[in-house]
Amino acid sequence: MATQDRRNTSGSATEAEEELPDPAPAAPAAQESAQTQGVDDLLDEIDGVLESNAEEFVRGFVQKGGQ
Amino acid sequence: MGTETEYGIIAPALPSANPTLLSSQVVNAYAATLREGLGNLAGTRWDYTDETPLTDARGFRMDRASAHPSQLTDEPAELSAEQIALERGEPTEAAILMNLVLNNGARLYVDHAHPEYSSPEVTNPLDAVLWDRAGDHVAVTAMQRIGAMPGFSPVILYKNNTDNKSVSYGSHENYLVPRSVPFSKLAEALIPFFVSRQVICGAGRVGLGPLNQESGFQISQRADFFENEIGLETTVRRPIINTRDEPHAVAEKYRRLHVIIGDANLNEVSNYLKVGTTALVLSLIEQGLGPVPVLEDPVGALHAISHDPSLQVTVRLTDGRSVSGLDLQEMYCGAVLAALPADADEQTRDVVDRWQSLLTTLRRDPLDAARQVDWVAKLKVLEAYRARDGLAWTDPRLALIDLQYADLRPEKGIYQRLARRNDVDLLVPPAEVARAAVHPPRDTRAYFRGRCIAEFPAEVVGASWDSLIFELAGERRLQRVQTREPLRGTAGLTEELFEVAADAEDFLARLLSGPDRRMAP
Repeated sequence: MATQDRRNTSGSATEAEEELPDPAPAAPAAQESAQTQGVDDLLDEIDGVLESNAEEFVRGFVQKGGQ
Repeated sequence: MGTETEYGIIAPALPSANPTLLSSQVVNAYAATLREGLGNLAGTRWDYTDETPLTDARGFRMDRASAHPSQLTDEPAELSAEQIALERGEPTEAAILMNLVLNNGARLYVDHAHPEYSSPEVTNPLDAVLWDRAGDHVAVTAMQRIGAMPGFSPVILYKNNTDNKSVSYGSHENYLVPRSVPFSKLAEALIPFFVSRQVICGAGRVGLGPLNQESGFQISQRADFFENEIGLETTVRRPIINTRDEPHAVAEKYRRLHVIIGDANLNEVSNYLKVGTTALVLSLIEQGLGPVPVLEDPVGALHAISHDPSLQVTVRLTDGRSVSGLDLQEMYCGAVLAALPADADEQTRDVVDRWQSLLTTLRRDPLDAARQVDWVAKLKVLEAYRARDGLAWTDPRLALIDLQYADLRPEKGIYQRLARRNDVDLLVPPAEVARAAVHPPRDTRAYFRGRCIAEFPAEVVGASWDSLIFELAGERRLQRVQTREPLRGTAGLTEELFEVAADAEDFLARLLSGPDRRMAP
């Protein structure tokens, strides 16, 4: 299907992986740990940019009016 | 079509700052950027002549005295000298701009307590995404400039819709619809579509209820703030279908459907499908082909669907059936597909393909749609945090992640980080976005508006969606050029005129009475 093609070429990592030939038996575990690694990286990255005092920052986000 | 975004705004170092003043700083900072050569800055005040915010599409007009003050959008926002003096610590005579009309045909202004960007008119969903993103680019440019100005506290802008304390602000869409389509037909067929549309384009929210009374995660930022099915208000008793009848166009021919129920999207696919599917459903309704499932309790259904990220919850139709949000979307998608003409253009097919494919993905496992849908991407990050640190939904870090997802600062925004990591699908390259911030679309009257401001900054003294006001040197009377037909004033019709006209006077003479009259918008 056209959409599928487009999405694959647009760089969806997980879908591209689904199209690879069956990996060697050890691969699923490797894939899983790569995925976990990806999530860890992401959380580390977000940790690095999150405002430091969550409670105070969220409390300070007050808006007035709006449509 | 076009979009409007009210940005959330704070100055962390000035917790009690007046929000109108902060918003005016955004407008003035962008004006300063324009003066430095990013584009031209005309002395454009907004022309309120044709604004009619109290005219109701159901055929009546609200009494001015009984309207909520925030409904009077035909009155310019003002800051009193006292307010300005109070903030600055000294009296000032300097003029503060509250409104700009940009070279790209958009409007950047202070809407009460928020800076708002209203995109130029476009003819297709991909352009809607591009010129909506151009608004974010404008917002970031203004924010960075304020941050660099000595004596000013940095402000942060958020592309979200609630402060999670009780206040919600909008991200609106506008669609041009033939006047011949009865409003009641539009409303009927759109209610179940809008109630369910959030599953493909909700922005996600930590907390439930307008006052954030309960903990948890929901699909839509806006859902809990809607209390009515149909009505004129946009700030109180918010309705699923807004009836404001302010066409900004030839009123006998068109109505402007003003949609206030959407979430502000950062994900480009979410945004593309939000406007693309809505436009397709509108065209279905125009042809009398829309499915019209009737919900027993639309407002209740809106909340119920939003409160269930598993997408399993069902809501009741008056014919006795129970359907999920995905079922409703599939009904509309199926009807659009069945009515799709064989010669449908490529972009229309792309919208339908992506819509269909996204519904399939969401049915398989909602979390698989993180590349295309804001609420899913946000939920995935939140769940990863919950799993790693064992956080309850009441943990303030989760609320912070929700907020910071929409932070427009490139280095701080979580959506921005996901985009940089190639974790989301993109549709428009950043270079095109930057270009769209200073150039109008070529195929609507926005071209005429944007180019007039770019070419004749000294002479254009006022503008609105459907007018431009010229003040020529040596002439005492102002000349108002009406642009009531949104599909005229295009590059195709007027580009040549801009090239040949020697100056504003020559331009107007050719436009209004000369041989080029056919080009008039």
